[in-house]
Amino acid sequence: MNTNVHDDYQLPVLQGTAKEFYTYCKAHDLRFQRCAQCKTFRHPPRPLCNKCYSFETEWAPVKGTGKVYCWTVAMAPIGKAWVSYMPYAAVVVELDEGPRVATWVTGIPPDQLKVGMPVKVWYDELTPEVTLAKFKPL
Amino acid sequence: MADPKALRDKTCVVGIGETAYTRGTTKSPLQLSMEATMMAINDAGIKPSQIDGVVLPNGHNGGATAGDYAANLGIKDLIYTASFPEMGGAQMVSAMEGAVLALASGICDYVLVPHCSYFYTGARARDMTANPSNALQAAEYIRDYYRPFGVGAPPQHYAWMAQRHMHLYGTTQEQLGAVAVAMRKHAQLHPNAIMRGKPMTMADYMASRWITWPYKLLDCSLETDGAGAFVMTTAERAKDLKQKPVYVSGIASGHPYPPHDIPNRPDILEIGLDHSAPRAYAMAGVKPADIDFAEIYDCFTGQAILQIESAGFCKKGEGGPFCENGNIELGGKLPVNTHGGLLSQAHNTSMNHVIEAVAQLRLGCGERQVKDAELGVVTGWGGHGHGSIAILRN
Repeated sequence: MNTNVHDDYQLPVLQGTAKEFYTYCKAHDLRFQRCAQCKTFRHPPRPLCNKCYSFETEWAPVKGTGKVYCWTVAMAPIGKAWVSYMPYAAVVVELDEGPRVATWVTGIPPDQLKVGMPVKVWYDELTPEVTLAKFKPL
Repeated sequence: MADPKALRDKTCVVGIGETAYTRGTTKSPLQLSMEATMMAINDAGIKPSQIDGVVLPNGHNGGATAGDYAANLGIKDLIYTASFPEMGGAQMVSAMEGAVLALASGICDYVLVPHCSYFYTGARARDMTANPSNALQAAEYIRDYYRPFGVGAPPQHYAWMAQRHMHLYGTTQEQLGAVAVAMRKHAQLHPNAIMRGKPMTMADYMASRWITWPYKLLDCSLETDGAGAFVMTTAERAKDLKQKPVYVSGIASGHPYPPHDIPNRPDILEIGLDHSAPRAYAMAGVKPADIDFAEIYDCFTGQAILQIESAGFCKKGEGGPFCENGNIELGGKLPVNTHGGLLSQAHNTSMNHVIEAVAQLRLGCGERQVKDAELGVVTGWGGHGHGSIAILRN
């Protein structure tokens, strides 16, 4: 009876600001939405700056370095497509510029992750259209 | 301006009803909802057509709209309807808050709050949280920014918080387990608990399989079918009714900030209940130390610990030790989830928590009764950390 929306490897829906975000990722250029007026980063993207109330936005590049904030280690699949990846750590990384992302930190066993561990971005070209920004220990 | 304290004890729950909880059912959500609704109305001792307000916590109640209630209950002039879908699991107590406002303002006389959870037979929680068509604000972000990384189910988002809590405060696996074990003990004493007759020890907990570290299978709530409902009216009208009223002394809803995205909150352990709990205690004019029992939204063990802290029962970071040594079991310092909770009674999105709190305050819970209970708390948690709280008294 139960459906499972996670049975396929789920790609982002490339429309609106998500399309813009992933278009930069495809070019190996990690950028985040930033208020064009007061220069405050925000993620995920949204229409209005909650600091200065400007609607003006820009896609600002970041250095691609950050630190591990927290994580969980998936050991039960959320869908069939994920079985071969398990166990994988789904990590929240805080970029040096401020935004935090849900991502993977690869090249290190999940049980060796540490809060505050410095990491650096790499680009996983998953499909011709979608490149994911993943991280590895610095 | 009016003072929220003016709402203290002005409204009350006068009827409760609950179907059997099952894993699998041939009944529709509408059928289950109507059965629970009629139990609650009969418990209150009013005529179905006296209901003039219907608050549907999630707006559709598994297929039944406010119009379905009007049609089935013969309500020819339905005056007030409202719903709180974005609150997720906090919607039940927020629905109670909506009912309080509608009744205290004189807009309507008798409000019905029904809810059916169809988590075993219907869509799973993970399908709802990542599906923007369900109108959850966070769903689009999950779809586009988390799920490509294999994060799409509630235990994963919430495990992030548990990991952070362990890192900052040294909370242990056994402390998470103490929550699960306490809920299971309580479920043994409730005739309508899925896990009655299936006791569980700490060793069973530790041996259970991993779902998403630091959460094991037994850190996760059940997926069940079943409905419940409660009827509310004003304290004045309640005097003439069948049941001893259970008064709403304080009630509030709150939100984490920003509400729609867990990772980008400045502190991911600051939850909606941090905002709502002080407001509810102020309205009720009581302190956490005055509370006799708490029905805490235990979708996952770590979320129960966070809420025990934010509801003021211990300091931030001390929730792990607080849950050890039988402290949250019947007979302990603060009995929590005397019905077994979402972890071991059933997952009815905390409708079962509201019903248990009312039953406790009627002092009719038999072997699981909290002795001389006068004040109880119900919390709701959902939609990534929204938090509602009701302080009830008899």
